[in-house]
Amino acid sequence: IAFQGEGCRTVPLSGHVGFDSLPDQLVNKSVNHGFCFNILCVGETGLGKSTLMDTLFNTKFEGDPASHSQPGVQLKSNTYDLQESNVNLKLTIVSTVGFGDQINKEDSYKPIVEFIDAQFEAYLQEELKIKRVLHNYHDTRIHACLYFIAPTGHSLKSLDLVTMKKLDSKVNIIPIIAKSDAISKSELTKFKIKITSELVSNGVQIYQFPTDDESVAEINGTMNAHLPFAVIGSTEELKIGNKMMKARQYPWGTVQVENEAHCDFVKLREMLIRVNMEDLREQTHTRHYELYRRCKLEEMGFKDTDPDSKPFSLQETYEAKRNEFLGELQKKEEAMRQMFVQRVKEKEAELKEAEKELHEKFDRLKKLHQDEKKKLEDKKKSLDDEVNAFKQRKTAAELLQSQAQQAGGSQTLKRDKERKK
Amino acid sequence: PHAGPLESKNEAAMSELVPEPRQKPVVPMKPMGINANLLGYIGIDTIIEQMRKKTMKTGFDFNIMVVGQSGLGKSTLVNTLFKSQVSRKSSGWNREEKIPKTVEIKAIGHVIEEGGVKMKLTVIDTPGFGDQINNENCWEPIEKYINEQYEKFLKEEVNIARKKRIPDTRVHCCLYFISPTGHSLRPLDLEFMKHLSKVVNIIPVIAKADTMTLEEKIEFKQRVRKELEVNGIEFYPQKEFDEDLEDKTENDKIRQESMPFAVVGSDKEYQVNGKRVLGRKTPWGIIEVENLTHCEFALLRDFVIRTHLQDLKEVTHNIHYETYRAKRLNDNGGLPPMTVETEENHESNL
Repeated sequence: IAFQGEGCRTVPLSGHVGFDSLPDQLVNKSVNHGFCFNILCVGETGLGKSTLMDTLFNTKFEGDPASHSQPGVQLKSNTYDLQESNVNLKLTIVSTVGFGDQINKEDSYKPIVEFIDAQFEAYLQEELKIKRVLHNYHDTRIHACLYFIAPTGHSLKSLDLVTMKKLDSKVNIIPIIAKSDAISKSELTKFKIKITSELVSNGVQIYQFPTDDESVAEINGTMNAHLPFAVIGSTEELKIGNKMMKARQYPWGTVQVENEAHCDFVKLREMLIRVNMEDLREQTHTRHYELYRRCKLEEMGFKDTDPDSKPFSLQETYEAKRNEFLGELQKKEEAMRQMFVQRVKEKEAELKEAEKELHEKFDRLKKLHQDEKKKLEDKKKSLDDEVNAFKQRKTAAELLQSQAQQAGGSQTLKRDKERKK
Repeated sequence: PHAGPLESKNEAAMSELVPEPRQKPVVPMKPMGINANLLGYIGIDTIIEQMRKKTMKTGFDFNIMVVGQSGLGKSTLVNTLFKSQVSRKSSGWNREEKIPKTVEIKAIGHVIEEGGVKMKLTVIDTPGFGDQINNENCWEPIEKYINEQYEKFLKEEVNIARKKRIPDTRVHCCLYFISPTGHSLRPLDLEFMKHLSKVVNIIPVIAKADTMTLEEKIEFKQRVRKELEVNGIEFYPQKEFDEDLEDKTENDKIRQESMPFAVVGSDKEYQVNGKRVLGRKTPWGIIEVENLTHCEFALLRDFVIRTHLQDLKEVTHNIHYETYRAKRLNDNGGLPPMTVETEENHESNL
């Protein structure tokens, strides 16, 4: 074992201590915590990705078949809680939608790579946080990528090669031949050989089932030779003999999914779930994630220096992050301040407008008032004039009258006398 | 065997499963999709076996520290716990050796194996603790050592190119030995535990418990528990880290009744009732270490080793280490100078 080299003696025990329960303690804790497993299915529309997942996990996951008219490649992700005896598994199945349907497929691999990277990035972000909760983190990193190869019987499509090459350093790829009941046995053997040689000659690294543990070395070794697995999926159960089995019925016979002579479904299930699930998770974490992390950190400009000068990329990372964060904070503050100033300006303008209107109104009213006043004064004046005129006439009339009375008094007397005469 | 039908393999896997599976009530997780109904055996429960195999292959580290005045039987107890000569006492220690003038930290590692499980056990002794006339701040070297281990781990974790398995030298468990005075805790005990319970898992034990009668033991334990509570000292298992109701019930019982464990240690065997047992021979009888009516050693052993070993490591990693890391990263400007060279380089990098 690794640590023996550090100069530790092995000492014998004189009795039963009890730390042999340690694996149980560890496993118990994991069981209580629950497990995560994330599968990515990459393949053209119509290759039976959803059906295969349903068959593998003995259930009907949701979803309707996708159409062929997607404008670009998308990824659809669903999470399910499965339970078997005391194991709780959070299973996430991610499927490509519209893969291989476009006329120009040059960028088809990009959304897939971006998705995988995004999961690594999320984990890395959590890991770099100051206050982090890694042991409760819901791991979304892809543990296994099932690559669905169309059962043409000839060779890999160039899209397949390009995509797998882009993915092989980021995820554990398990290539499978989909809908393999379309190929005859002899064609299948040739097909598998062709695929394997094409993968090798193009330098595509697919996932190898581990052979370092004696208990699984044999079976894993054998299975490695059967790759890519030729699978068939079916959730329909048909009565064969006196048992109900998952099968597909044709006029010429029935293909049994779980019959190893008919297809490699059982092998896939065995390898993916019953033997290597934990190894797939471990490889994702210790190999693919570490590679991503290393590249990302180096890209950000950090490196470990040699042990004697001993500084510490962490300090720089954190300084950088802090500065970045402060910078962003400042930017946001600035933006907010600008927005505030803008709003104040707008409000001021509004208020000024209102004020102006009020002034105008006031002026109008004032003018109105003045006009009215003037009118009134004019009227008053004319009234006064009339009154004066009337007074004058009255005075004149009175004067005349009094004169007339004096003169007329005698005249009146005369008149009266004449009348009397 | 794998060519055979799948059923027998599953049975084999099942029988190797956990002997006492903790049938926990399912902690409900919020499903984001449908809760799928399983119509047949898939085999996802085999992950338990897969995981167990992997951990057995990697092996385990465990680091235990013993703190207490000299003469309290620390080394003997650790040797008794692990049924082998793992403690400082046996690696060339001389009874006439002078008590050091300051607190020293001595770590010794051994590899022990049981039932296919390999464990690297490191026992960290602290000679000189509490032995001076003036014991002020004698916990500081210990706190410094513990933090240094966190620092070491942090440095490794933060490398760009990291090791697949970071060597773990962090102290998972600190046994604090209380003198069996029968009265109460000493100020030194309280000071130490107050400071250190925040950085490491402390398990207080009453040493040389064969000097107390049963009644004295019960009363002493009650007083000690009370004093610890009054002083706000949270010893392991800490209340705030109980994960669920089952843990809480189990741990409450331990916290409120059993702890602190009153123990006796011995590496000598005697014949009692036809059996060979570890014990201490006195004129008035043989004190059997593993006899629960004589002392609580077996309880301590089961607690530390058989049920809570993994938990001690997890609390250290998920809580104490994370606390250290968060504090460390929050400190402006980082690295405390640990050696002269580092300081110089540190300055030149600024």
